[in-house]
Amino acid sequence: MATEEKNYIEINPRRCKGCAACVVACPNDCIEVGSEINQMGYQFARFAVNKCIACGMCFYTCPEFGAITVYKKSRKGA
Amino acid sequence: MLAGVKPSCFFMENKEMHTIKHQKARSLYPTFERKAPGAEVSHYCPGCGHGTVHNLIAEAIDDLGIQDRVVFCSPVGCSVFAYYYFDVGNIQCAHGRAPAVASAIRRTHDDAIVISYQGDGDLAGIGMSQIVHAANRGENITVFFINNAIYGMTGGQMAPTTILNQKTVTTPSGRHAANEGFPIGISEIINSLHAPVFVERVSLATAPKVMKARMAIRKALRNQVDKKGFSLVEILSPCPVNWKMTAVESRRWLEENLEPVFPVGNLRDLAKGPFDRVDRKKAGRVSDRKILEILGVDEKEVHTSSIHLKEEQNVKIAGFGGQGVLSTGILLANCAIAEGLQTTWLPSYGAEMRGGTANASVNISHEAIGSPIVSFPNVLMAMNLPSLDAFEDTVRPGGCILVNSSMVPRQVRRTDVAAYHIPATDMANNIGSPQIANVILLTVYALVSGAITLETLQKVIPLSIKRKNLVNINMKAIEAGIAWLEENRK
Repeated sequence: MATEEKNYIEINPRRCKGCAACVVACPNDCIEVGSEINQMGYQFARFAVNKCIACGMCFYTCPEFGAITVYKKSRKGA
Repeated sequence: MLAGVKPSCFFMENKEMHTIKHQKARSLYPTFERKAPGAEVSHYCPGCGHGTVHNLIAEAIDDLGIQDRVVFCSPVGCSVFAYYYFDVGNIQCAHGRAPAVASAIRRTHDDAIVISYQGDGDLAGIGMSQIVHAANRGENITVFFINNAIYGMTGGQMAPTTILNQKTVTTPSGRHAANEGFPIGISEIINSLHAPVFVERVSLATAPKVMKARMAIRKALRNQVDKKGFSLVEILSPCPVNWKMTAVESRRWLEENLEPVFPVGNLRDLAKGPFDRVDRKKAGRVSDRKILEILGVDEKEVHTSSIHLKEEQNVKIAGFGGQGVLSTGILLANCAIAEGLQTTWLPSYGAEMRGGTANASVNISHEAIGSPIVSFPNVLMAMNLPSLDAFEDTVRPGGCILVNSSMVPRQVRRTDVAAYHIPATDMANNIGSPQIANVILLTVYALVSGAITLETLQKVIPLSIKRKNLVNINMKAIEAGIAWLEENRK
């Protein structure tokens, strides 16, 4: 699968308050706010477009703690 | 097509192919138990800048390897609960006084990395004097100043940094210079002083600006580690709720309206120089010995006690206000002092003068006592039922519980502690005054613990009673306590 060779982020839906700061921060528009709601009643952000460059902009902009984790593909991989 | 892919598809990848590049800092607790059991999110509103800054500071603490050295001074304001999140030393300071607290820690703990984290109401309002003087002394501390141009916690009132024409709850037609003066540029004020080594203003408006904030935060902490001197980072931060905007709009408003008033950029960076701006070597530091000399205290004059405590006594005395709960604590602590022991007394009571609940924590030890708080006592004196209900389970196994059984209609349920059910109020009424029930309990405690002697108790009571005609009745209470224990010892 193509994603194996790509960077990606994980957004923990339980920790997201849906402020969308990450959506604006992402230079490649990979993130969107979905229509599902989480246990706090917020529509949470999700990783939607697989063009992540693992720059960490979403991670540093996010005001929550550990809501976003950024994974970079290993050089050795694939 | 890809837009419809569920995130879980990506989660299922073989993780060996990937390395984690950015994740939650280790300096933040895994879950925030002091907020709520298992809590994973902050108490901040969606889109608040505080969380972003917390993350940046935590990452810098991780990377500098200073987690065990950091003392984080949190302010009054939305970030009052910073200690929920940071797994470092924490002190919550009186409003605006964080720089003064930080200075004290700096002077007494050479290895500490002291962070003062303050908002604009705290730093530029009530605490203006503290920050200016701490900066002027060039204390080697790091101050993070979160400027969101409004009072957040109290619901959006005007702050000293509120910009002209900005509408707030207290400036409904906008801030006007003729009424409320001009917004105060804290970085400029600090930059006018001689001592600070690093002053920078940053913004959280966009991701690249957040990265600049990250660099400034790291530098400000690095300066302290390198003992360069006072560093201040002013962070323009969005407050979407009180600005009445979405998180995204608030970041745009910040960039378009706050940044022109408070220009971002470095105002001062003298950290490259070889010296701290303040020559601390010339500062005379007075040794402990010298202080004792000045005070006329002979160092050899160490108090020795004839008492031998089996273990440190952590006593909780609880009951209704008016039952003499707090004064029993003072009496016990005074007796311990008279015995040449170390002791602390800490009261806790409601606003009512009578009838509310009250408790006193007393520690008695041969060693210096670190904290006056008693969370898990080994002695509980319960003057009424609510007190026994509240504290019974906190008593450490092997401890003892003394119950005023006149007021408590049940037995002690714990089987791993020694329980004494003393009808103290009834006994006190028989002697002539319900006020002395506490002394009966205290007498029994003195006898079973050996922490204080009855001779000392008899000597100290007359000194601590204002109405001297009550001394005799208190002496009778002691006798009653002795008699009760003799009868019930089997």
